Amino acid sequence: MNQDTNQTPTGIFVDKDKCTGCGNCADACPFGVILVEETAGIGEGCNLCGACVDACDFDAIYILGKKEATLTGPDDSRGVWVYAEQRERVLAPVSMELLGEGRRLADILGCPLSAVLLGHQVAGLADTLFAFGADVVYLADHPDLAGFTDERYSAVVTELITEHQPNIVLAGATPVGRSFIPHVAAKLGTGLTADCTGLDIDAQHLLLQTRPAFGGNIMATIVCPERRPQMATVRPRVMKRPTPQPGRKGQLVQVALNRSGFKTNLMEVVQELSDQVNLAEAEIIVTGGRGLQSAKNFQLIYELAGLLGAAVGASRGAVDAEWLSYAHQIGQTGKTVNPKLYIAVGVSGAVQHLVGMQSSDVIVAINNDPHAPIFNVATYGLVGDLFEIVPALIEGIKARMGI
Amino acid sequence: MRIVVCIKQVPDAKNVKLDEKTYTLKREGVESIINPFDMYALEEGLRIKEKMGGAMSVISMGPPQTDSSHREAVSYGVDDGGLLSHRAFAGADTLATSKTLAHGIKKIGFDLIICGKQAIDGDTAQVGPELAAHLGLPHVSFVRKVLEITEQSLTVERLMDDGYDVVRMLFPALMTVVKEINLPRMPSLKGKMRAKKIEISAWGPAEIGLDDTQAGLAGSPTKVVKVFAPQPRSKRELVVGDPAVQAASLLDRLTDDGILKISR
Ligand SMILES: Cc1cc2nc3c(=O)[nH]c(=O)nc-3n(C[C@H](O)[C@H](O)[C@H](O)COP(=O)(O)OP(=O)(O)OC[C@H]3O[C@@H](n4cnc5c(N)ncnc54)[C@H](O)[C@@H]3O)c2cc1C
Ligand SMILES: Cc1cc2nc3c(=O)[nH]c(=O)nc-3n(C[C@H](O)[C@H](O)[C@H](O)COP(=O)(O)OP(=O)(O)OC[C@H]3O[C@@H](n4cnc5c(N)ncnc54)[C@H](O)[C@@H]3O)c2cc1C
Ligand code: SF4
Ligand code: SF4
Repeated sequence: MNQDTNQTPTGIFVDKDKCTGCGNCADACPFGVILVEETAGIGEGCNLCGACVDACDFDAIYILGKKEATLTGPDDSRGVWVYAEQRERVLAPVSMELLGEGRRLADILGCPLSAVLLGHQVAGLADTLFAFGADVVYLADHPDLAGFTDERYSAVVTELITEHQPNIVLAGATPVGRSFIPHVAAKLGTGLTADCTGLDIDAQHLLLQTRPAFGGNIMATIVCPERRPQMATVRPRVMKRPTPQPGRKGQLVQVALNRSGFKTNLMEVVQELSDQVNLAEAEIIVTGGRGLQSAKNFQLIYELAGLLGAAVGASRGAVDAEWLSYAHQIGQTGKTVNPKLYIAVGVSGAVQHLVGMQSSDVIVAINNDPHAPIFNVATYGLVGDLFEIVPALIEGIKARMGI
Repeated sequence: MRIVVCIKQVPDAKNVKLDEKTYTLKREGVESIINPFDMYALEEGLRIKEKMGGAMSVISMGPPQTDSSHREAVSYGVDDGGLLSHRAFAGADTLATSKTLAHGIKKIGFDLIICGKQAIDGDTAQVGPELAAHLGLPHVSFVRKVLEITEQSLTVERLMDDGYDVVRMLFPALMTVVKEINLPRMPSLKGKMRAKKIEISAWGPAEIGLDDTQAGLAGSPTKVVKVFAPQPRSKRELVVGDPAVQAASLLDRLTDDGILKISR
């Protein structure tokens, strides 16, 4: 990036007089774009994240044009909203998790918690939302909203937010939330933080949104200091599901759908996948890789998964060999998962695989190569032949379960 | 049909090493590649162009050397490309990125815009849907299959956690694609020749009619306040013994951790 200050109102600069060439900034840069020779130089690809500025003990790096967070007190009363996702009239588990987290944030801010529910003949779900902590439920119940399309759902939610001006809006980072919530945020001209794994309120009452990036190799905390609402999608299974209070009451607000002439139509919903493929919601995943050698040998993985009530995952190696369908693929070009227990069998642990599963709570690796990179992230590593270890595990579980 | 594919240049994850001490990414000698998901977007665009006729462009926002990605795209059969490269674009969040791309795409003209599902560095998956919002287009994300395409409409399968949806939208429209959609082709010799010679236009805010305050850092509502290393995995243990012992010890540990609810 350029060094002349006269023309550039924004950017990152190194004060060559102050810089000692110590190299702290280069170590701190998560993108590796700083090269220190006599003094530090910032290469292309800088994201202006500011990590180097914090790392420099000599005030030699500065970023111009970065706005300071400002106090947003009056916003607090406007409330926290949670998008309550349902599919085929069943609430997504993340909706309850978000109500728990939303309640916590609303209590810190001293404001109400609202849920937004869209669909057809879904009014019955409102009581569940109250029980899980919502003070208000905005319900848009209409035949045209029976199935999810980005266009319709975005239109309704954008209009509701414009009318009521909430302070914070949270949605699940599911295929639905990650698709239409960005559309809403852009329509509103506000910021949106993707796939958060941590939320908090800072001293200035701003929402601190923490998320993994670079496939989980770095974490970033992001704020939206000026525009409202502050919006975030939140990764499923990270926030705790609260204990419901049956009978808890709230206010139900009916919302009309006053738009037609949509350009998108949902033609069909196909729920084809057995529980063994719903990786997003699985507590336990057993993944097989090329070490399995054939589609037939995946029977071992299915048997182990069946006993554990687990979903079945696959490395790209196994998917490319057509032993399993793409729906099973975990990793950079597949799904990102974070189950309680991840068992990787005959998977080498290429970075593209690791980025999709390394945030799992406990990782077990079974591989006959003690140097396989999968062992670097494994809580429990079992070096040996999978064709001996997996059958032993199956026998062990059966014996303990008494079958 | 006028097709525009958005391609982002990203560091090649294959070669990115994590510094064991500082937990930062070491990018020394790391090559830049076209975001893997955008390769599927490119291939799908080419297939649609071959079927429907018309022209196909790529567009990218990034530093000047991003033109190498454009040349690669041309070698696969893309007609031309627009490169959004200017200091004012630096430090953009997804709102400013999508706004900038929207202005660039308007300059090119379009019936169909195709994006990758997400970029492997920023990982947000937000640019596609936000782009659709700025341009007032219907969109479908995570498309795994194009079922039917006519002059008026596009019917696709959208990958969901528990299956798929079939969605039809009218043109002009936008979709983002997942890996399952196709197998990208190799570059052609003719394409490689063209790629060497082609001139790639680089545009700044003035060329696309975008106000400086809407681009880059200035146009970004979100601010990164802190970047840090994820908590390293606290516990790591090798479970040894013959297979039966390994299996038994593992089950014991998982039971003690409260993960397995089977009795000993
Ligand atoms: C752009 C890009 C995107 C990618 N995206 C993904 C992605 O999303 N997901 C993904 O998984 N990969 C992805 N990959 C591919 C990745 O780089 C690896 O090639 C892939 O993960 C390897 O799969 P694998 O571990 O099953 O196979 P291998 O690397 O072949 O590993 C097989 C392992 O099995 C072990 N083994 C063999 N026999 C036995 C035995 N009898 N007992 C025990 N262990 C045994 C071997 O020691 C070896 O470690 C991507 C690559 C690229 C370039
Ligand atoms: C650590 C970190 C965290 C971040 N978190 C957020 C966040 O939560 N919210 C936010 O708004 N911004 C965030 N950003 C900024 C964001 O990464 C940039 O705005 C980036 O330019 C676009 O986002 P992405 O890489 O996630 O792309 P995605 O939205 O994942 O990309 C999807 C598709 O859009 C197209 N596309 C994306 N970028 C370009 C481009 N430059 N040129 C052409 N096509 C493109 C491609 O087709 C791509 O496949 C973050 C940045 C960093 C460094
Ligand atoms: S940390 Fe500061 S003093 Fe040290 S090399 Fe970087 S800019 Fe120079
Ligand atoms: S601002 Fe962030 S990305 Fe840019 S040089 Fe500094 S540490 Fe690296």
